[in-house]
Amino acid sequence: MRTLGMAVTLVAGGVALGIAGWRSSADGAQAGATISGTIKFTGTRPVMAKIDMSDEPVCKGKYQTAPTKEDVVVNANGTLDNVFVYVKAGLPATYRAAAAPTPVVLDQDGCRYLPHVLGIMVGQSLQIKNSDGIAHNIKAKGVKNRPFNISQPTNMTTTRTFSAAEVMVGLECSVHGWMKSWVGVLPHTFFAVSGNSGTFAIKGLPPGTYTIEAWHERYGAQTATVTVAGTQTKTADFTFAAR
Amino acid sequence: MPWWLPVQASSYAPQIDGMFLAILIITGLAFFIVEGGLIWFIFKYRERPGRGGGRKAYYTHGNVKAEYVWTAFPAVVVVGLGLVSNHYWNEIKGRDSVPADAYPIKVHAKQFEWLFTYPGPDGQLGTDDDVAEVRNRLHVPLGRAIVLEQEAEDVIHSVFVPAFRLKQDAVPGMHIRSWFIATRLGEHELACAELCGMGHYKMRARVTVQPQAEFDAWLARAAQGEIE
Amino acid sequence: MTTAAAMPHVGHGEHAPMGFWRKYIFSTDHKIIGIQFLFLSLFFLLVGGLLAMQMRWQLAYPGQPMPGGSILPESMAPGGILLPEYYIQLVTMHGTFMVFFAIMPLLVGVYANFLIPLKIGAHDMAFPRINMASFWTAFLAGGVMLASLFVPEGASRAGWTVYAPLSARPDLSGVLLGQQLWSVSITLLGLSSILGSVNYITTVINNRAPGMTWFRLPLSVWALFITAILGILALPVLSGAAIMLLFDQTIGTHFFDPPAGGQALLWQHLFWFFGHPEVYILILPAMGMVSDILANGSRKPIFGYHSMVFAIVGIGFLGWIVWGHHMFMSGMNPTLGSSFMISTMVIAVPSAIKVFNWMGTMWRGNLRFHVPMMHAVAFVAMFAIGGLSGIFMAATPVDMFIHDTYFIVAHLHYVLFGGSLFALFGAITYWYPKMFGRVMHPGWGKIHFWLTFLFYNMTFFPMHNIGMAGHMRRIYDPTVYEFLQPYQWTNKFITVSAFCLFSVQLIFFINFWWSLWRGKQPEQNPWHDNGLEWSLPNPAPHGNWERVPSVYRGPYEFSSPEVEEDYLPQNRKLPKDPEPPVLTGAVS
Repeated sequence: MRTLGMAVTLVAGGVALGIAGWRSSADGAQAGATISGTIKFTGTRPVMAKIDMSDEPVCKGKYQTAPTKEDVVVNANGTLDNVFVYVKAGLPATYRAAAAPTPVVLDQDGCRYLPHVLGIMVGQSLQIKNSDGIAHNIKAKGVKNRPFNISQPTNMTTTRTFSAAEVMVGLECSVHGWMKSWVGVLPHTFFAVSGNSGTFAIKGLPPGTYTIEAWHERYGAQTATVTVAGTQTKTADFTFAAR
Repeated sequence: MPWWLPVQASSYAPQIDGMFLAILIITGLAFFIVEGGLIWFIFKYRERPGRGGGRKAYYTHGNVKAEYVWTAFPAVVVVGLGLVSNHYWNEIKGRDSVPADAYPIKVHAKQFEWLFTYPGPDGQLGTDDDVAEVRNRLHVPLGRAIVLEQEAEDVIHSVFVPAFRLKQDAVPGMHIRSWFIATRLGEHELACAELCGMGHYKMRARVTVQPQAEFDAWLARAAQGEIE
Repeated sequence: MTTAAAMPHVGHGEHAPMGFWRKYIFSTDHKIIGIQFLFLSLFFLLVGGLLAMQMRWQLAYPGQPMPGGSILPESMAPGGILLPEYYIQLVTMHGTFMVFFAIMPLLVGVYANFLIPLKIGAHDMAFPRINMASFWTAFLAGGVMLASLFVPEGASRAGWTVYAPLSARPDLSGVLLGQQLWSVSITLLGLSSILGSVNYITTVINNRAPGMTWFRLPLSVWALFITAILGILALPVLSGAAIMLLFDQTIGTHFFDPPAGGQALLWQHLFWFFGHPEVYILILPAMGMVSDILANGSRKPIFGYHSMVFAIVGIGFLGWIVWGHHMFMSGMNPTLGSSFMISTMVIAVPSAIKVFNWMGTMWRGNLRFHVPMMHAVAFVAMFAIGGLSGIFMAATPVDMFIHDTYFIVAHLHYVLFGGSLFALFGAITYWYPKMFGRVMHPGWGKIHFWLTFLFYNMTFFPMHNIGMAGHMRRIYDPTVYEFLQPYQWTNKFITVSAFCLFSVQLIFFINFWWSLWRGKQPEQNPWHDNGLEWSLPNPAPHGNWERVPSVYRGPYEFSSPEVEEDYLPQNRKLPKDPEPPVLTGAVS
């Protein structure tokens, strides 16, 4: 009887550990390490020119105050928006990311691309949406990726994918020359874009030493090297200076 | 007026329209002679079965005198038209046709926008006070000669302002000048008149003809970023 | 002129009976080749028409889903709404198919092949196998062009005139393979044309029957002969330009790439140096055949035959020095604009002579309005309009306004459809008995004629008016422009008329096909015509004559006082006629 009880306990324990182990590996993405940080901006904040949208009343009407160009967006707290941060090197050679099922949406709203900077996985669907209902075209100036140029004369959504990793693929609208967007195509999910808080966080990293790059469309790219293990959170801040 | 040429808003529009009208009258006459003649012949010379079988047509191989007439007459007319056309052509498009004191505005054509650069207060393009790359807005002062310094970034476009009767291709690799004098206040449209890609139909600019003082005020505001 | 060696009695070589493939598919018989071109061209005429119908839908109802649009791929017409990039393909391919694969082969591939040996009294072309190669090259070219519609990103998007740099830079046009296929196809078509021209020129010079002197040739043969000379000189220029374009896209040349040292205007000069003779290739054979049909329908000799010949030669020659009139606004030296304007004005004169001479032919005639005659008279009426509208654009200051507007579109359709296509409807009907041994149903032919004439004018005449208003060409959505919005109802009117025009062609197609099997079998010379072809049975047999006929007179001896009938065939010997020399000498 005791033997049976022990056997059951061992088996149950084994099963429980196994389940825990399975669950933990399924949640491996969350369970890994995190690199986070702040993108600071020093120097005089550049003045962004106003965009004249009087040609497109549909777009102009969506703004209370005149829209401005978005080359450099400095947040109220002195941090930099629209910085693309990603793992440039350091992933183990055996690492294979699962294909992300959900598409990324890029919207054209108020004659602007939303978001202005985004990341996408190789092979992941990019749904390009025209919420304005007026004629836009999307010209993708990939180098490693095949360039494309498609028009959307009305409300509609077109889906494209990128077949090669490339940082960054520029998108622009030829009809509305101020409209620009930047897409970082990566073979993994370890990227983030600094928002209006100027911070970023890249989660779920397997242990290792990583080269992290922070890219800005005007101020170029900077790298940092960070070593993480287990479920640590390490900080990597970047500072871009006005020029 | 519908079914006719657009409003005349430039100094040479009346001349072009005048030529158009003259040609319309001449070709209209030719049209009535030919079509009228054909219809008349169709009825007058149709074969009528009742007229006794074996009726024949008038057997002739032609009339050289008649041919001389209807060769000489069109020849004189077209040569005359050519001479008159050439006169206006030289005036409007000739190498030396641009008025000496014309106010320069740079037109940069690209897929699919028109970018206009205005000279600043110094009246010269290419200096630091230029109001650069105003998108799809061509403002001009009334009654003053304007020269468009045209260039194209990528493919061939064409500056077309129907109200001015102005058309000139903008060609990559070429710097081309076109000119006009706006004679009517108001708003007109500028279209691209050479297929330039999928957005060709959207290459539209607004042309505003204003009194000189209003133009200067607008230009000063535009220099501060207040385009409209 | 030259001493031509006409073939004396040469019996057509006997050969073993040929199987189906050698007789009808890989045939060297000029008549079969002509018929093959006919089927190929009628197919592409239909394709061109279908593309135009889609364009017209978009112009009348911009942005609205097209009925049947769901069969188009999502990349071209999502939910049936035509995208701008698809619209420009439609514009490009409508022009390309119509010019290169419909009208040109219909006029030249069909009628040069079919008529020349028959009308000059020869057994076949000088080089029958080259002739066969000419057809199959055109067939291949057509297949390649058709394929370009179905490759990723679709067909060329630079207009049928394929201006560089747009055509040379795939990153600017959005299409790479489709444009390359266009260039390859056009090069092949140029080859086909050149091979054909070699035959037509040689055959007309060398293989005329005894007594068939130059000035006894029917005007259709003169026109086809001059056209062949235009073709052999012009098509190589186009092929050369197309190859240069292909090289720019594939092997890294920069002929047409300004930033790298090339010139945008180079393409235009090359293309139009070909392109203007090309439009005379597209009209001269029609003029020639109309002359034949008009004389027949008037029962009267052609008025001023010699002038008509000189006018054909004059148009052919002058056609080489007017090409810059397509480029007045291009940025080329304005002095060139003046010189091209003069030559363009002058070329109006021989066309005017022809129009007046056709009228002179009908004057005091005994007009018989069989279906071909109706089409021939319509040709004169419509070509006159097309020619007259050309005067506006020849006047350079006026061209400043109407260049690249619908006024030009109206002009080109009046000469190509109102002119060439009406002439072709007439010619197809006229020589149908000789081709197929039957006649097309005349009643339905007349109905087709009237409905086509009506809807054709309703479609294309208003284009003059919207052109005058400044309506640009190749515009996906005219409603973007405030100055065009008042004319949108005209666009709708044109579209509806165009739909009717297209539908009515069904009558012609059904008549054509039905008559192949059920048409009445006529007498040997149903039109009572004088040409040599009518001395042969219907359909004309392989090798044409056992022994070529001798020719005693010109081709237009209608209502001659010498005989009782109102026609007098070229090969009918009257007691007073001398036997022509075996070798046709240098006589007029």
